[in-house]
Amino acid sequence: MTALRPDLTIIANNIQAGTRVLDVGCGDGALMAALRDEKQVDARGLEIDAANVSAAVARGLSVIQGDADTDLADYPDDSFDYAILSQTLQTTRRPDIVLEHLLRIGKEAFVSFPNFAQWRIRFAHMFGGRMPVTKQLPDRWYDTPNIHHVTIDDFRAFLKERDVVIENSWFLGGKQQATKRLANLLAAHAVFKLRKS
Amino acid sequence: MSEDDRFGLDKGIRLMGPVKLDSGAELVPVDFAYESYGALNEARDNAILICHALTGDQYVASQHPATGKPGWWLNMVGPGKPLDTDRFCVICINVLGSCMGSSGPASINPATNNPYGMAFPVITIADMVRAQAILLDHLEIERLACVIGGSMGGMQALSWASLFPDRVKSAIVIASTARHSAQNIAFHEVGRQAIMADPNWQGGDYYGSDNSPAKGLAVARMAAHITYMSEEGLTGKFGRNLQDREAKSFGFDADFQVESYLRHQGSTFVDRFDANSYLYITRAMDYFDLAEAHNGVLAKAFSGSKTRFCLISFDSDWLYPTAESRRIVHALNAAGAAASFVELSSPFGHDAFLLETPEMNRVIAGFLSAGDIG
Repeated sequence: MTALRPDLTIIANNIQAGTRVLDVGCGDGALMAALRDEKQVDARGLEIDAANVSAAVARGLSVIQGDADTDLADYPDDSFDYAILSQTLQTTRRPDIVLEHLLRIGKEAFVSFPNFAQWRIRFAHMFGGRMPVTKQLPDRWYDTPNIHHVTIDDFRAFLKERDVVIENSWFLGGKQQATKRLANLLAAHAVFKLRKS
Repeated sequence: MSEDDRFGLDKGIRLMGPVKLDSGAELVPVDFAYESYGALNEARDNAILICHALTGDQYVASQHPATGKPGWWLNMVGPGKPLDTDRFCVICINVLGSCMGSSGPASINPATNNPYGMAFPVITIADMVRAQAILLDHLEIERLACVIGGSMGGMQALSWASLFPDRVKSAIVIASTARHSAQNIAFHEVGRQAIMADPNWQGGDYYGSDNSPAKGLAVARMAAHITYMSEEGLTGKFGRNLQDREAKSFGFDADFQVESYLRHQGSTFVDRFDANSYLYITRAMDYFDLAEAHNGVLAKAFSGSKTRFCLISFDSDWLYPTAESRRIVHALNAAGAAASFVELSSPFGHDAFLLETPEMNRVIAGFLSAGDIG
């Protein structure tokens, strides 16, 4: 198996074997394939890009071409043990509604996103005076799929407002995990494990 | 299985059925014309059933006896192809109501010893599927590795999965729908009226006469053919180009290439298809609404389904547009069924499923090889 992206590795390590998983924005199905092959997980995926869907179906995965903003409404309540939204939240038109669906469909949810308050990005913004282009956010302002930039503190406040329970969280710096307290400044990526209260 | 003469090319069998039809009638005896490619394994669990479309037939990968043309899905069926005949026993059965050897309006009615004509019972997509199940019983195939079809073939594949969930391990539904829309019915009605308005139709009793409703059937085919192509495809192929002339004729010849093309499609079609079959099969498609038997809730047609589904639509198909495939996908999701869906890009409209489409081949090959894992 090829190495998973770091946030996906964290998610994969924290999923029980033999469960049912919905991966929203599953890309070419790398996480789903790993979960199927190593944890006998019944994985289903939703993905907006046709070429990615074809690649995922061609590796034997059940993936539906669709849009998280419009198509999650069709999934019944609690129909999955876990619903996963990795590196997709910031690309949705209504992240709040997408998250609501995620917590409704999955008994638990994993959400990962790039932290827009990481010091490198703050630095680039403050001193460059331009929208930051960094290793983890390589797109330019006009072609970025990220239309709702969010920071770890924004996300925490959002969860608090909605009484969403944080079961666990992981913060990825350059190479190692950042501490919870300094995460908003140091972490490039965040992974949250959530459930509704 | 080469010694088993139930399998191979150009097979036919008369079975006593009976087929219990949705109309309440029973059809007996039932003739089946079919072909198979590749060997059935010892466990008899590697069979793939191809369901053909409205004017299709069982000659998926062998020469058509009437037209001499190569099989209609040659790019999909064969050794090393997506429906790999080195691994699978691929079967295609001429549908009930058709005219290539299976029972239809041109068959002999045992009650009169004459062709049925309009005395042939009105059939449905589900009736076609129940009939196919009778042939599979005869072939001692309890469970299909896959049932696959495009257009009306997709309707049959969906019906197979709904009527016989235990007999279908996986289903591939291409450019299809779970119900005929008002627009779909409307186009078919134009075709039927063209046939029945032809004086040579003679109330359907034209089999013994020198005249058949070829003109009406050709017009029906022309109207239908437009729905199989996209505007982009038609424009790309013909534009406003004139046919073998420098200027407009100020008459009603086929001035435009597109007219000439449609006339050709119509006139060659009548050599290989029976007008009454066209009436019966279009009727079956119009009656198709998979949710109808489930109080309009499509998801209930698939409740508890263990079948793996793969749906494919084409972005330029306006006959059965992507929205219809999505409706099926939503129902499968609600039913908790394992479903994949992808909309592929093609300029060729509904007909794309019949053409060489590498992306479609890749998806189908991948979906089928995944069946070995699970």
